Amino acid sequence: MANCLRRFGRLGLISKAKNGKRELYSTTSVSPASGDNTSSTKSINLFTAVNQALHIALDSDPRSYVFGEDVGFGGVFRCTTGLADRFGKQRVFNTPLCEQGIVGFAIGLAAMDNRAIAEIQFVDYIYPAFDQAGDIPIVNEAAKFRYRSGNQFNCGGLTIRAPYGAVGHGGHYHSQSPEAFFCHVPGIKVVIPRSPRQAKGLLLSCIRDPNPVVFFEPKWLYRLAVEEVPENDYMLPLSEAEVIREGSDITLVGWGAQLSIMAEACVEAEKDGISCELIDLRTLLPWDKETVEASVKKTGRLLISHEAPVTGGFGAEISASIVERCFLRLEAPVARVCGLDTPFPLVFEPFYMPTKNKILDAIKATVSY
Amino acid sequence: MFQSVDFPGGRVAFTSEMSFIAESSEKRVKCYRVLDDNGHPMSSRFEQVSKEVAVKMYSSMVTLQIMDTIFYEAQRQGRLSFYLTSNGEEAINIASAAALSPDDVVLPQYREPGVLIWRGFTMQEFANQCFGNKADYGKGRQMPIHYGSNKHNYFTVSSPIATQLPQAVGAAYSVKMDRRDACVVTYFGDGGSSEGDFHASLNFAAVMEAPVVFICRNNGWAISTPTSEQFRSDGIVVKGQAYGVRSIRVDGNDALAVYGAIHAAREMAIREQRPILVEALTYRVGHHSTSDDSTKYRPADEIQRWKISRNPLARFRKWIERNGWLNDEDESELRDNVRKQLLHAIQVAERTEKPPLEDLFTDVYDHLPSNLQEQEKLLRDTIEKHPQDYPAGVPV
Ligand SMILES: Cc1ncc(C[n+]2csc(CCOP(=O)(O)OP(=O)(O)O)c2C)c(N)n1
Repeated sequence: MANCLRRFGRLGLISKAKNGKRELYSTTSVSPASGDNTSSTKSINLFTAVNQALHIALDSDPRSYVFGEDVGFGGVFRCTTGLADRFGKQRVFNTPLCEQGIVGFAIGLAAMDNRAIAEIQFVDYIYPAFDQAGDIPIVNEAAKFRYRSGNQFNCGGLTIRAPYGAVGHGGHYHSQSPEAFFCHVPGIKVVIPRSPRQAKGLLLSCIRDPNPVVFFEPKWLYRLAVEEVPENDYMLPLSEAEVIREGSDITLVGWGAQLSIMAEACVEAEKDGISCELIDLRTLLPWDKETVEASVKKTGRLLISHEAPVTGGFGAEISASIVERCFLRLEAPVARVCGLDTPFPLVFEPFYMPTKNKILDAIKATVSY
Repeated sequence: MFQSVDFPGGRVAFTSEMSFIAESSEKRVKCYRVLDDNGHPMSSRFEQVSKEVAVKMYSSMVTLQIMDTIFYEAQRQGRLSFYLTSNGEEAINIASAAALSPDDVVLPQYREPGVLIWRGFTMQEFANQCFGNKADYGKGRQMPIHYGSNKHNYFTVSSPIATQLPQAVGAAYSVKMDRRDACVVTYFGDGGSSEGDFHASLNFAAVMEAPVVFICRNNGWAISTPTSEQFRSDGIVVKGQAYGVRSIRVDGNDALAVYGAIHAAREMAIREQRPILVEALTYRVGHHSTSDDSTKYRPADEIQRWKISRNPLARFRKWIERNGWLNDEDESELRDNVRKQLLHAIQVAERTEKPPLEDLFTDVYDHLPSNLQEQEKLLRDTIEKHPQDYPAGVPV
């Protein structure tokens, strides 16, 4: 494990975090839900941040529920630890092993004016809830609930949480990044946090947002990413990207775990005199084009990076939109550094991944185009 | 004269009595068993097993047990990234395999490597998969324990639960159309029975009259979820009738009962061209996998009870020992042998190089499309530029 991590440079990120350098994670806009701005912070990891958000969600709204496979004992990633003890088995519970059932149930619960917070154990297993079994609850049901009823009904209280992405040893079915599928579905929101502080604030916003949301948690960072997180109830805005590093030569756009890799590439590029602006998209649907557009108008260059396969990835959508808006300002083709067009491969994971050096090479090629 | 109505599916009688069908029958469905706790046959009427087959069954169970112990240990030592044992379910694994013909096509879940042991998949082949080296038939692409072997009629394991079940029905329909003297056998857990795919598969199998045997390993747990939070029916066996599928419940820790039930199920599936559902009652003695600690959610004495007093190997051993087919000496020789084979296999598998880089790109399609050709070329340039980023074990 340690070897894999070093290969991808994520260990570097964490040791940095331990040394107190957390620029990547610091957030500019924390809006306290309670109006209490003076809350203390604690250094916690990402799964603990998710856990805190769930505690707050259940505590602040008695009509909220948390459920999914193995959620009762704390979940396989420990995100739901302590919830059943504190809020009881009627509000926090195990479901049968049936993703289609979990999401269908959650939609019904949400449609009756509740907050249904459903966990899918791995995003790789969200497909039965997506398409395989024919019911298509996420795509055909959740996403169209409001629209098809002329706004008589909605399931806005629905939030589906699922761990996503590479983890060093997950192979085909414990590593996928399927965000692009969901970004093709009008009616749902897609949100992916990069760090503990972001995870807590964004998750609370998703839970309280009046639209169905899928919230993908970077499982590689569950334990690895540690930062100071306010202990109080706060929310971070949806559909607002965040510039997490300012620069003038090229704009980099990413989300989730990939940002830490991109941040390292930015640091390396700086040594070669290239100034990179790094943007965390945070919400992929509906996404904040304005922030990306403003940045690209300034830098004249754009690079997008994600773990999902490059073909049909969300990077393609960003690229097309920015070319439409910034065509005359672009000084080089938009670069994409992404996963390969193969299933996620176990032994070949280091080859598949959009690594720091692949990004760095693409930055240099784009800047000297 | 009783009044009745002709309705699709047959005549339905009318009644003036309003009565709802109960949610469960008064008594739970009985469990077929041959050997009692002490390994004595409860009756003389059971599917007989020759000395040769019985000894092979016992040896295979022992082999599976030792393989689990050694691979589990290797994972703990950090040599394997992941492992998952079949502890406690050795009888289902081996006795079901023994009752099948090698031509029967198997679609596994993941806790049935014993079927492969029975069919002659070697310790080296298991180790190659777990280490993901170039001799692994899956070319290092999947996590450990995702075995598959075309020559053994054993489909490759896929992690998503229950997806194999409707596929098994399709495969069985092909076997039917080809008029082969074989059936398809598919395995799943109690958890898997909650998936939509399970229900689709039973219904399809009944309607398509597919020769498929569904074997449910009801081991009480799906990771941390007990069966009481999985379903409220009397287990899996009763679900057969609702779909028009014949079913039986069997003691999964009784090798002779499993053997007999699967033998009969196979006969009926092929002769009558129909699906059969078998629910084997057992217990997952090990943790779910190396990523799990089951003492967090279940009592230690429950595990101990199943491990010791309901051990499937111990019960079967008593029976074959009483038949004079095995003694302590044979057994210790067997154990030594298997252990040596395994340690050797692990050493070899660990030393064998990883699959070559081109295997990253092949098999996505039958031929490499242009996007992958381009990506392979780009990747090779990157590797040349940044060799330090890539593991040395993979030949490029
Ligand atoms: C569709 C799907 N959802 C969730 C998972 C995660 N998962 C892996 S094993 C498992 C439990 C399976 O239990 P069961 O079918 O009873 O088999 P057992 O492990 O007990 O042999 C779960 C929930 C998965 N692999 N696939």
